Amino acid sequence: MADLSVNFASIRAPNPFWLASAPPTDKEYNVVRAFRAGWGGVVWKTLGEDPPIVNVSSRYGAVSYAGARMAGFSNIELITDRPLEVNLREIATVKRDWPDRALVVSLMVPCTEESWKRILPRVEATGCDGIELNFGCPHGMSERGMGSAVGQVPEYVEMVTRWCKQHSRMPVIVKLTPNVTDIRAPARAAKRGGADALSLINTIQSIVAVDLDTMAPEPVVDGQGTHGGYCGPAVKPIALRMVAELARDPELAGLPISGIGGISTWRDAAEFIALGAGTVQVCTAVMHRGFRIIEEMQDGLANWMDEKGYAGIGSFLGRAVPNFVHWEDLNLDYVTKARIDPALCIECGLCHIACEDTSHQAIAIHRDGVRRRFEVIDAECVGCNLCAHVCPVSGCIRMVAQEVARPKRTWKQHPNNPDRREAAE
Amino acid sequence: MDEPASITATPPADEVTSAAGPAGLFSDLHPPLSHDEALVEANRCYFCFDAPCLHACPTGIDIPGFIRRIATGNLKGAAVRILEENSFGGSCARVCPTEILCEQACVRRAQEERPVKIGLLQRHATDWLMDRQIQPFQRAPASGKCVAVVGAGPAGLACAHRLARHGHDVTVFEARAKPGGLNEYGIAAYKLVDDFAQREVAFLLALGGIRIEYGRALGADLTLGALRRDFDAVFLGLGLAGVNGLSCAPEAPLVGLRDAVGFIAELRQAPEPRHLMPGRRVIVIGGGNTAIDAAVQSRRLGAEDVTIAYRRGPAEMGATRWEQDFARTEGVRILHHLTPVGLVAAGGAVAGVEFAHGRPDTAQPASERVTLPADRVLIAIGQRLDLPVLDVTPRIVAGRIVVDANCETSLPGVFAGGDCVAGQDLTVRAVQDGKVAAEAIHRRLADLRE
Repeated sequence: MADLSVNFASIRAPNPFWLASAPPTDKEYNVVRAFRAGWGGVVWKTLGEDPPIVNVSSRYGAVSYAGARMAGFSNIELITDRPLEVNLREIATVKRDWPDRALVVSLMVPCTEESWKRILPRVEATGCDGIELNFGCPHGMSERGMGSAVGQVPEYVEMVTRWCKQHSRMPVIVKLTPNVTDIRAPARAAKRGGADALSLINTIQSIVAVDLDTMAPEPVVDGQGTHGGYCGPAVKPIALRMVAELARDPELAGLPISGIGGISTWRDAAEFIALGAGTVQVCTAVMHRGFRIIEEMQDGLANWMDEKGYAGIGSFLGRAVPNFVHWEDLNLDYVTKARIDPALCIECGLCHIACEDTSHQAIAIHRDGVRRRFEVIDAECVGCNLCAHVCPVSGCIRMVAQEVARPKRTWKQHPNNPDRREAAE
Repeated sequence: MDEPASITATPPADEVTSAAGPAGLFSDLHPPLSHDEALVEANRCYFCFDAPCLHACPTGIDIPGFIRRIATGNLKGAAVRILEENSFGGSCARVCPTEILCEQACVRRAQEERPVKIGLLQRHATDWLMDRQIQPFQRAPASGKCVAVVGAGPAGLACAHRLARHGHDVTVFEARAKPGGLNEYGIAAYKLVDDFAQREVAFLLALGGIRIEYGRALGADLTLGALRRDFDAVFLGLGLAGVNGLSCAPEAPLVGLRDAVGFIAELRQAPEPRHLMPGRRVIVIGGGNTAIDAAVQSRRLGAEDVTIAYRRGPAEMGATRWEQDFARTEGVRILHHLTPVGLVAAGGAVAGVEFAHGRPDTAQPASERVTLPADRVLIAIGQRLDLPVLDVTPRIVAGRIVVDANCETSLPGVFAGGDCVAGQDLTVRAVQDGKVAAEAIHRRLADLRE
């Protein structure tokens, strides 16, 4: 059986599945339930200075797509609205009772050294395993100069990270906001400040929907709405790219990354780990279905690792990173053609109309009475893959690599490129 | 073959109670989809290109188009999309044998043997519109033309509705006291509950431009010649007024022997249908949907033993496989290869049916004789066009009025459609005939104006 345990920036956990700093980790009751269910670690919902913030009602918006609920999710909730002392006491209790689990505390206080100096020793006294600096929250707190207002300014990221390293001995994870143009800039700043690890992504600024009756953005608070932070399965591709971008950055080499963003299944987790995430953090999926999804995530990942012969998380951590290349490194002479299996085809015609209307007119219809047969016109097919994606039948349309005599040629060598370099002999 | 004695009586109290229960005698065969069920089902539709279901619909409803509108919450758009092609979209959603039409062609059936519930989705959309009494269509400016329609069934009213939309004035002549044709008189109660046939007709008539004269049948005081003279065009949606009788039936009426069509009509019109006495042992002779409807209704009314006796095998039955299975789950026994050869009578009442048992298709002689006891025998072996003697008569072949692709008969300006012409005897087909004829008439009248 595969070993799922991790050592992430000196924080040990029995598995890489952590709960992200969010409503599910706001108090002892929830966190204990999560640990009982099997979660490897939690990042406690962000603590701030007293007096506690005040939250609104309601707080969540969601995108349902073609009947699938919460394909995308958004919130306008702020950090914890409970007194600091209550949270610290509960954190100490939970860590004492669950010593084998990772317990990281998320923090967000005003951008002054005094504020950080004040809170860090109190957090450290709980015995928690580390802190995560919330430089990502994109709504509410950012208007007060915290959260993503810090994360969007690399100099602030570096400065606050340095304070935390100076005023505590705890491992420091810097949580990044995706609401920037180049994710590497705040990541490199965190490293300069002495961060022990990075976590990303926090939520994306969003308006998930407009209530067309009240004419207000959702969620509607007494007739009005504000932008929220977007997360859930819909943001996974954005998060994967940002994680991979940092994983391949030579300047960040060796800095652990905790992947966050739409992770709902063991497969999502495996993809993040393959692109360089040493742990993964989950929120929307448990808010949708409860903590028990950890059972499937653990044995799904273990079964897949056994099948592939990966003994531990480290065996495949970052394995896909070398294959995440720049476009100009792709082989322009690699050619695939679509192949439709007539035995599996249910004759819906979606491949035909997608190709005919929006692509390369490469799928012909042959009619035989009421029956229809769809056939790829090889001369027109560019191997774009659209037909295989629209086809509702698994395995019916496959992309088959064609024999090409020429050796690999990239844009860097291609004759159409005015700036080409000759291939090295 | 009329029933000489009344079959209405007061049933025991417990029977009344059970009839009012959840599995009531006349409760909806397919209850409507809830909002959420409709969304799930609508999202199962792949929105096929040139969709097979559309081609399988006799009225050519844009099925993927209306289902997508349901999925996006555009229920008015969905209903209009349906009613544009099929003004009886509400009743067709309930009575169509979708298992041999649209849902048979659904690609989901090929993929997972579970087609999208197209019929129920169609009902969801059309109910939404009708519940709100939103009239989807407006009449074109008055053309000054008038058309006569004979028969206020689905064919006649579909034709009338389409003509009225084009701005023509329509007079419908209906022999019976109510409109709706078979929807009102000929279909099992559990398929069209809550007086749906009348509500649908009222919804159609609210368009305006259609006047119905009841108690008017073709014959002495309503001649085809007069209609052709007084109107710019004529449409015949006569249905099949006659029922085939058993050749082996005696001349004199027998208590307990009657035609299934008449039985269903009485049931549909009875003020308290659950008080009808169905008989204890019922034999229904025939193999079509009327036989199924009559048998299941008899069971639901309390008959202890109901048998459908059909002269050929299951594959030859006019009732779809789904209908046959449905009848069996309702406790109806279906026997095959039984040809009635005689009726057993006792004291002026039917006591049983004698059958020849055998398979004519295998050249095996039907020599074996079987007698099944019964106190009620319902005949459902088809209907026929019983035209009265007319001043002029359209050409008739094999008992049906002959029409061309525009549904025009051999008499210029006289069109016909529905069960009185050759083809599948389905509501949806009748609606299509009425629509095709209306469009042809409209083109003709437009030409006349120029």
